[in-house]
Amino acid sequence: MAWFKKARKPMGSATAEKPSRVPEGLWVKCPGCAQVLYNKDLESNLHVCPKCAHHFRIGATERLRILFDEGRWTEHHTGLASTDPLHFTDTKAYRDRLRATIDATGMTDAVVVATGRLEGLDVVVAAMEYAFIGGSMGVVVGEKITRAIEIGVDRRQPVIVVSSSGGARMMEGVLSLMQMAKISAALARLDRARVPFISVLTDPTTGGVTASFAMLGDLNIAEPKALIGFAGPRVIEQTIKQKLPDGFQRSEFLLEHGMLDLIVDRREMKAVLARLLRLLGAAPAPVEPPVEMATAVEADQR
Amino acid sequence: MPIDILDFEKPIGALLKEIDALSAQPRTRERQQAIDALERRLEATRSEIYGRLTPWQRVMVARHANRPTVLEYASRLFTEVTEISGDRRFADDHAMVTAFARYKETPVLIVGHHKGGGGDTKQKVYRNFGYAKPEGYRKALRAMKLAEKFGCPVLAFVDTPAAFPGVESEERGVAEAIAVNLREMAALDTPIIVIVHGEGGSGGALGIAVGDRILMHEFAIYSVIPPEGCAAILWRDSNRKVEAAEALKLTAPDLVRFEVIDAIVPEPPGGAHTDHDRAAALLDEPLARALAEVSAMDPAARLEARYRKFRAMGSVGIRES
Repeated sequence: MAWFKKARKPMGSATAEKPSRVPEGLWVKCPGCAQVLYNKDLESNLHVCPKCAHHFRIGATERLRILFDEGRWTEHHTGLASTDPLHFTDTKAYRDRLRATIDATGMTDAVVVATGRLEGLDVVVAAMEYAFIGGSMGVVVGEKITRAIEIGVDRRQPVIVVSSSGGARMMEGVLSLMQMAKISAALARLDRARVPFISVLTDPTTGGVTASFAMLGDLNIAEPKALIGFAGPRVIEQTIKQKLPDGFQRSEFLLEHGMLDLIVDRREMKAVLARLLRLLGAAPAPVEPPVEMATAVEADQR
Repeated sequence: MPIDILDFEKPIGALLKEIDALSAQPRTRERQQAIDALERRLEATRSEIYGRLTPWQRVMVARHANRPTVLEYASRLFTEVTEISGDRRFADDHAMVTAFARYKETPVLIVGHHKGGGGDTKQKVYRNFGYAKPEGYRKALRAMKLAEKFGCPVLAFVDTPAAFPGVESEERGVAEAIAVNLREMAALDTPIIVIVHGEGGSGGALGIAVGDRILMHEFAIYSVIPPEGCAAILWRDSNRKVEAAEALKLTAPDLVRFEVIDAIVPEPPGGAHTDHDRAAALLDEPLARALAEVSAMDPAARLEARYRKFRAMGSVGIRES
């Protein structure tokens, strides 16, 4: 094992400027304060720097482990896969890129849909995976998030979507674009059913993801200093031909401009979500576990 | 040669120049016959060239400076066209046109991006080249809510490179503005017909493009990202835009195949920019038919069908095991 390991930028991302994904070495240098941290300590602190509170990017599984009681949940709709409808090829065939990403991440696409309990409340969570082609939204991500919302409508359970995405997936063309409309239409139904939808925005949330479900939460909650925007910073710099000010398109900037309800530290996120859901009327689930819990997968066995 | 002749249209440009030269001279029977012959060759050449456009050539046609704008269609197909302004929150966005009008006796709401096409630079700047800001999307939604309230169908004309990628757009929440339109249009209780007649540029286009029927012009494009942007990211070279345009499958026939659009609106040979009157006339029939179909539906059934339509988007690209 290396003492230090350089974090590699995930590919396919227009916004991955800082190497902030959790590296695998024994020691990690915090990009926020340059402090050298023991990886185990970082892990037990939910990948938040104990010194400066820099939030490292985390994956979907880690996210679910943080949110669900005892790290237990039931995953849904695992059998969906993209057929590469455009037969897209750039410098590499999308089909091969997809296969390589599936092998590397052990995931089928860039989102995990799960149900379980959050401080005893039954919830539906869709957590996006940035390591999977920049968390980009193609037809599978669109379908899975739509189904997550439909579970929320059917069971009248609050829906939480944790975004971490560079936006729509170019390699699936206009079909990716249409996922924005599809998910938003499903959210209109959830809205009418008066079931809460909370959007949690993490670093980074940009493009078509921001311009659809991520901004449509009954409550929009972000982690500190997350990059959140529609156009990428580089595109904007090209438009205005000057450098962008520090902090532009960060959580604090969006809060100041009225786009977010709260910025919440990852270590407080679960408690804040539970409190808000209770205030919005969610009642604790019955004590005996529902049938599906019997088949729940232990998070760390996955 | 006029400056708005595209590269691949050179044979067309040459014929136009010949016709112009002959027309400038005194009229004789022989000359008129020569002109008529040239006109026929022009038509044939246009049909020939436009019959085998590459995706990148379609991008150039869709962006053509003389492509008819929403107001050019409006003045030809509608009467009593009355523009309304403002989002009642911040500003009036000139890149987004909203107008009440009459279409074959029926009051309708027209919503559409406007690039300032056909006008001079001042016009284009006034329209911000069709890049709408948050206030544009909010203006559109305000107008659509009025249409719903008063029972007017909405006709949405889509032609934009993208939503405006600038600092003020982000400050005022362009993402939120588009997102809200997507959600609200999905449930707007009045018929909505979308006409992608020029450039369907990503989220900026989609922000007014949720409806019961999606029509698309023969040489229009509809894409998740401009080919230049796609090439810059995936090929790391924006000059690979021709290949990107190919790969993105952004043409009308592609989108019929992907079940994203319902019908293709034919254009005059040589593209809508060559003859606005004829382009409008060619839109009239498919538009009237689509509007009659969805207007005849029971409102609840229409909303359910709209939901199902968008719910199914992308199913062609999914395998479930």
